[in-house]
Amino acid sequence: MALRTLYDKIWDEHVVAQREGEPALLYIDLHLAHEVTSPQAFDGLRARGLKVRRPDRTIATIDHSIPTTDRSLPITDPVGARQIEQLKTNCREFGVPLCGPGSGHQGVVHVFSPELGLVQPGMTLVCGDSHTATHGAFGVLAFGIGTSQVEMVLATQCLLQKPSRNLRVDVTGRLRPGVTAKDIILALIAKIGVGGGTGAVIEYGGEAIRSLSMEGRMTISNMTIEAGARSGLIAPDEVTFEYLKGRRFAPQGEAWDAAVAKWKTLVSDEGAHFDEVVTLDGSALEPMITFGTNPAMGIPVTGTIPDPASLSGVEREGLSKALEYMGLEGGKPILGSPVDVVFVGSCTNGRIEDLRDAAAILKGRKVNPKVRTLVVPGSEVVKKEAEAEGLDRIFIEAGAEWREPGCSMCLAMNGDMIQPGQTCVATSNRNFEGRQGPGGRTLLASPLTAAAAAVAGVVADPRSFA
Amino acid sequence: MNPFTPFESPVAILPVDNIDTDQIIPARFLKTTTKEGLGKAAFSDWRYDTAGEPRPDFVLNQIQGVQVLLAGDNFGCGSSREHAPWALTDFGLRAVISTSFADIFFGNALKNGLLPIKVSPEVHASLLAQGSGAKVKVDLEAQTLTLADGTAIGFPVDPFSKRCMLLGVDELGYLLQFEREIAEFEGGHTAPYDTRSVL
Repeated sequence: MALRTLYDKIWDEHVVAQREGEPALLYIDLHLAHEVTSPQAFDGLRARGLKVRRPDRTIATIDHSIPTTDRSLPITDPVGARQIEQLKTNCREFGVPLCGPGSGHQGVVHVFSPELGLVQPGMTLVCGDSHTATHGAFGVLAFGIGTSQVEMVLATQCLLQKPSRNLRVDVTGRLRPGVTAKDIILALIAKIGVGGGTGAVIEYGGEAIRSLSMEGRMTISNMTIEAGARSGLIAPDEVTFEYLKGRRFAPQGEAWDAAVAKWKTLVSDEGAHFDEVVTLDGSALEPMITFGTNPAMGIPVTGTIPDPASLSGVEREGLSKALEYMGLEGGKPILGSPVDVVFVGSCTNGRIEDLRDAAAILKGRKVNPKVRTLVVPGSEVVKKEAEAEGLDRIFIEAGAEWREPGCSMCLAMNGDMIQPGQTCVATSNRNFEGRQGPGGRTLLASPLTAAAAAVAGVVADPRSFA
Repeated sequence: MNPFTPFESPVAILPVDNIDTDQIIPARFLKTTTKEGLGKAAFSDWRYDTAGEPRPDFVLNQIQGVQVLLAGDNFGCGSSREHAPWALTDFGLRAVISTSFADIFFGNALKNGLLPIKVSPEVHASLLAQGSGAKVKVDLEAQTLTLADGTAIGFPVDPFSKRCMLLGVDELGYLLQFEREIAEFEGGHTAPYDTRSVL
């Protein structure tokens, strides 16, 4: 048999049918749903008189539109409230389990599902959300889909797909102190560009990736979409198995042993063909931060903002436009740039390890009084865990807001937003114009760098807070 | 979805690379539970000023009846929101021309009667040079984009998506024909768990 990549192996195992000259039917093992991209899909089922084929392979939560304030109060935004009610109605009517607020599991769709042990190596997983790529960290073929495809998966548990290119990314060496998974992925996107992975599935490897926890790996896979690749796989290993063991939906007893034996085969064959290979020296990386209006516009936090004068043509125009929007000047260091808001949270960096990182900097320190700092746990489980560790006290005593779980200020759908002209250092994934509120400016960084900015009131190097 | 028929339209030029879905339709408009009426939100933060008045310098406020948009590289990057093609088609667009498209947007567009036309950098440059308002003809059946001077340029479309668009049928109808194969596959693949036991 031909040598196969991890992606090829998962693909082969899930092809239901394929007619000559037509796309393949790919079976989907797990479908995650949330309130924003599903209502029109459920309406489509109703219009055709269809049911959800596999409610046992589907699970929903509420994350994008939900306020992160006191859950005992009613939702003040009637449109958001209606969308949330619609999801509840749809789940009830179609028999889909919903982990809503107070269930103990509600959270950002890509945070709550791995916590339950639902995400297991070798699976195919989809969700109407581009950051579904997150689950690739478990050696899962996971990718975001549109609402038409949500409807297709609800109805048939299948999607029409064509195979992707295989792109290998090796991150070599050991990370230096103060450098995290977020810095790796920001550095990679800066290197290959926001379209560098278009049409490809990435497989990450190398010592720096292997040394990461599952939380760190999820951060890497999560932002794969920001390089244009829909899915970013990491072959499962002992770190993966250790994370999964004992979780609610993980196999138990003999079934566990059999599962681990199978999961161990989920690696790319030695010598398997990759269409492209990119190598990044992990040991040379610094804490990263973005300065522009797409995630590829990133530099080391100690670096200099690129000068449009050094470029020409559309590139120069693009950079000038971005810097003008951001209120930043090319050729200047980014350290010391003023910061109004800090946001720690999201499907990229809203897990327990991320909160521990932020707390490590904020412990015994105060947030700069001119900076509004929000800490939003990724899920009810993360919130509970953080509170058991006393992290909430650290955040509150430092002067930060400790909120309820949700997507929050990552995309500003739920009322958590920054004001026009404000600059926010955010641990989320997108710095597009207006992403965190119309006219708002976003600098993407790790939880360490975000927390350092909260204390300093300006862009700061987290290593000087060690 | 209506069958995709040949048409002629002036082109609006938005010469910006990496136009993301947050620009095509900002997240605050995603609280809707229907697909309709999103055209007014298309490019909202670029089309309107903070007082909600149309910006006279924005191209889609300058030309009436535009059905074709010419944009920079990597159009539609960012989120999976199908609200992006819904907003563009509700606005009146039927085709977007670029040198490349983000994967999810590309797939979403095809499923909603919005034709993503990928052209070479040279063709892109010549279209740019013609300026906004120049007319083009789009013919999906022939896979040609015809410029005002009569030059016809071919563009790629995968045969399956082309057939769906020309007939105005969707993929779900196609998928539902595979009931027997799906049931057979499921017979050999037991689910690892039942998500419903979470409750």
